[in-house]
Amino acid sequence: MSRVDVKKTYKLYIGGKFPRSESGRSYEVYAAPSGRSRSTAPRFLANAAQGSRKDARDAVTAARAAQPGWAGATAYNRGQVLYRVAEVMESRRPQLVQEVRDAEGLSPAAAEAVVSQAIDRWVWYAGWSDKYVQILGGLNPVAGPYFNISASEPTGVVAVLAPQESSLLGLVSVIAPVIVSGNAVVVVTSAERPLPAITLAECLATSDVPGGVVNVISGRAAEIAPWLASHRDVNAIDLTGAAGAEGVDWATLEEASADNLKRVLRPGGSGAEAVEPDWTATPDLSRLTAFLETKTVWHPKGR
Amino acid sequence: MPTFEYAPAPESRAVVDLQSSYGLFINGEFVDGSGTGFKSISPATEEVLAEVSEATDADVDAAVRAARTAYTRVWSRMSGTDRGKYLYRIARILQERAREFAVLESLDNGKPIKESRDIDIPLAAAHFFYNAGWADKLEYASLGTNPRPHGVVGQIIPWNFPMLMLAWKIAPALATGNTVVLKPAETTPLTALLFAEVCQQADLPPGVVNIVTGAGPTGQAIVDHAGIDKLAFTGSTGVGKMIARAISGTRKKATLELGGKAANIVFDDAPIDQAVEGIVNGIFFNQGHVCCAGSRLLVQESIASEVESRLKRRLGTLRVGDPLDKNTDVGAINSRAQLDRIVALTDAGEGEGATRWDNGCELPSKGFWFRPTVFTGVTQTHRIAQEEIFGPVLSVLTFRTPQEAVAKANNTPYGLSAGIWTEKGSRILWMADQLKAGVVWANTFNQFDPTSPFGGYKESGYGREGGRHGLEPYVKTGA
Repeated sequence: MSRVDVKKTYKLYIGGKFPRSESGRSYEVYAAPSGRSRSTAPRFLANAAQGSRKDARDAVTAARAAQPGWAGATAYNRGQVLYRVAEVMESRRPQLVQEVRDAEGLSPAAAEAVVSQAIDRWVWYAGWSDKYVQILGGLNPVAGPYFNISASEPTGVVAVLAPQESSLLGLVSVIAPVIVSGNAVVVVTSAERPLPAITLAECLATSDVPGGVVNVISGRAAEIAPWLASHRDVNAIDLTGAAGAEGVDWATLEEASADNLKRVLRPGGSGAEAVEPDWTATPDLSRLTAFLETKTVWHPKGR
Repeated sequence: MPTFEYAPAPESRAVVDLQSSYGLFINGEFVDGSGTGFKSISPATEEVLAEVSEATDADVDAAVRAARTAYTRVWSRMSGTDRGKYLYRIARILQERAREFAVLESLDNGKPIKESRDIDIPLAAAHFFYNAGWADKLEYASLGTNPRPHGVVGQIIPWNFPMLMLAWKIAPALATGNTVVLKPAETTPLTALLFAEVCQQADLPPGVVNIVTGAGPTGQAIVDHAGIDKLAFTGSTGVGKMIARAISGTRKKATLELGGKAANIVFDDAPIDQAVEGIVNGIFFNQGHVCCAGSRLLVQESIASEVESRLKRRLGTLRVGDPLDKNTDVGAINSRAQLDRIVALTDAGEGEGATRWDNGCELPSKGFWFRPTVFTGVTQTHRIAQEEIFGPVLSVLTFRTPQEAVAKANNTPYGLSAGIWTEKGSRILWMADQLKAGVVWANTFNQFDPTSPFGGYKESGYGREGGRHGLEPYVKTGA
């Protein structure tokens, strides 16, 4: 007789803790159909917490509280902490592979490849922590006796709609570039494929990333995103996950974001259509720079 | 102490040859618009300077089409080297005609000739000269792979630095290979129209720069036009938000340089005389019509009364009057509407309990004028501590610790600029880190340079203008 295994309860990740939704709601998550199982009934995976408006607001509060400390850490320290996340992801590789297989209906080999790329991408962004400031800023040769320097700073609290399709590689590709510079983030997961995001939250919780720097809300973007887009204490929003999200109109979210002039990263695609990017492509710095401010400081020179 | 009066030293108007009316500059030529005309007046005397055409939707459409044709047929095919040479030509012509531009700017805007002559126009020329050199070096600018223009850029500029804002907008747009439809502010259209003549003298290909004059509806037509790929706006936060909403759900890009409520923070170890000069420059430069003006003085409590008395003594020596007089420190308020807004906000300052003082100077009988004014006893909730007045009005608040100064400085939805006055270097750097502002001036204020990025945090907008950073919004990169 086989052992009855202990199943995990997937919860939210807010302020470094794993609460259930304050709404008390959960929703059923099923495995994506794959080769063999295509004709059979979808396989039940778990009840995920269904995040609410209040959960999103609590997450913004936690992110705001955590952001100055994270931004104030040295770039070397942020780089090491983020590298540590990759180490923990590697140690949880079998779990991540299984969850990506279930979420995306991939073959074992394809899921292995996705997890490898996700970990490598995390390492790639971690390495930028103490480099992009030099690349993007520097001394400005002004026409006068002044020391004049421009440097990048994080914009603050960033709301991110995670991709609906790519449950881990896409997720990593939207979180890592936001937090590497010292932003704090509130992520709304893929609605249908939230479980790898919660496992990533567990990696973050055991990697010295301060609580509140990354907050993960599982649930439906159509319900949660409007409250983040109109939230006055959110500085920027990444609408990437609007692509393929049921009931989400990214134009409305962008319009609401104008109330406090959030920096908006629009979803991929052209025209009104939103298309999820190809996450296997080599990234550039655009997702990092989208959530930076440039600060320029002047000082006179004199004897 | 004997008082030495200044004799009038007016700059000659003869250098400016104003026409009685101007059309729109579309496809390299001045054309009659299809809308009605409006008058541009001198705010110092209320005399009519010229009649200008209000561009309609159809006029804007014609300008955008001309810009598109110039982009696809000429400008996008031209080498960066040649684009750069056109910009160098423009820079040189602006230098050659600098006095003419300075006098016209002071006439149309009301700002003192010493500012238009020594700051606005030389800096405008410098922006063209600086960006000219980038035109064939964009792949070295760390903008990303394969930097290339968006296409047609719509640009809407304010009335406080008409020519300088034109240069901030047009120079990087052309250097990166875009073509332009620009709308100057309705109260200060004349130097932009003179700039159109410069484009003709430089033999700039027709349609690369188009100038459409008009008010809000003309700007709206630019924002809404489907042929515009990117917008650049400098102006109020209110209009900036309208633009952000208008382009939501489209693929139009935007940079927004909006309002500010800068804190100018003076510590007790600051060199007081220099700080007082910095405070004066911070808020009375250009009549306070400056988005990055140091409109909130945060002074450390222990020196507050000394700074206040020295400041008032200094303000007593400011010369307010004829913008064309070379001795004038503070010119005319740009328009009746702006004067009304300043009056309303200062009345609110008194009404809410702050103590009002002005330098009591005589004001001309005609035109729009406002005395340099200081409010003391201001608290953070007063409207004059929260809202942008955009006039020669300073609100004074006090603090005790650096932490309190930071908290008060950042207590605003704006985040454009800030000033720090202290002799302690480590404190300057710590403060600069803490302040949520795009430009921080330490032991100086209101410095500008083409190589130095300018732009705000939070509701002061997004994007930067100037320097390498100022090229970024005008290119797309990647595959």
